[in-house]
Amino acid sequence: MVPPEQARLVLEFEVTGRDFAAAGNAATRIKRALEHVGFSARAVRRAAITAYEAEMNIVIHARRGTMSAYITPETVEIAAVDEGPGIPDIELAMREGFSTAPDYVREMGFGAGMGLPNMRKCADSLTVDSEVGKGTSVRAVIRNC
Amino acid sequence: MKLADVARHLGASVLTGHGGLDGEARGAFAADLLSDVLNRGAPHVVLLTGLTNLQVVRTAEIMDLAGIVFVRNKQVSPEVVAMGAEKGLVMMATHRSLYETCGLLYVAGLPAVSPDADAGIT
Repeated sequence: MVPPEQARLVLEFEVTGRDFAAAGNAATRIKRALEHVGFSARAVRRAAITAYEAEMNIVIHARRGTMSAYITPETVEIAAVDEGPGIPDIELAMREGFSTAPDYVREMGFGAGMGLPNMRKCADSLTVDSEVGKGTSVRAVIRNC
Repeated sequence: MKLADVARHLGASVLTGHGGLDGEARGAFAADLLSDVLNRGAPHVVLLTGLTNLQVVRTAEIMDLAGIVFVRNKQVSPEVVAMGAEKGLVMMATHRSLYETCGLLYVAGLPAVSPDADAGIT
């Protein structure tokens, strides 16, 4: 994990639950920032996908949340911290195909139980902490290589 | 294949990104599940889909897609057109089915692209 005080560039975005019109805005801005500071195409891509999946999870499941990116020349850490229902069984939630998303989210093309597994695939490390009734915190580190 | 040729093979109408029609699509990916695009899509391919929401446009930007073809004569909302135009994304619409769209482009020489070929994610 990147100690926040060591980050050269910090981005922070508020994310509102159910605001599907704005969903993806934070991930797009993080992607542009990483391109701007010269991250490799591969690292930008992995970070952008991770951030977008995390942001969609906040919009789909939580009341509100914060998306942060801590950028150093070597790594980016993406932190998605929300106030929401939490995840009772994280191991189950990490399993591909498991989803609690409602039907209208599935009709949008999400909610197939692929978000967290895809984040794990894209990130060099992924940590999920959650408290039922309080919220969830997802931290992903992607190395710039 | 140039995006202009994608439009020509399908008889598709171009909705946004007219300035980008000279751009190349190095393959195509068909999906009505954006999670699949995020999991298995590759950069600079054209997405063939029946979805017409704002998330398709966001996904295209996140994945560096070459463009979007909306199939089955789906009505595309002004909000989606506006977002695509703002991002300079090539978006087009065809009356053809997803199956027919895939078939026509495949026969015309537009290949499938392995997500792991050079996407950098394995």
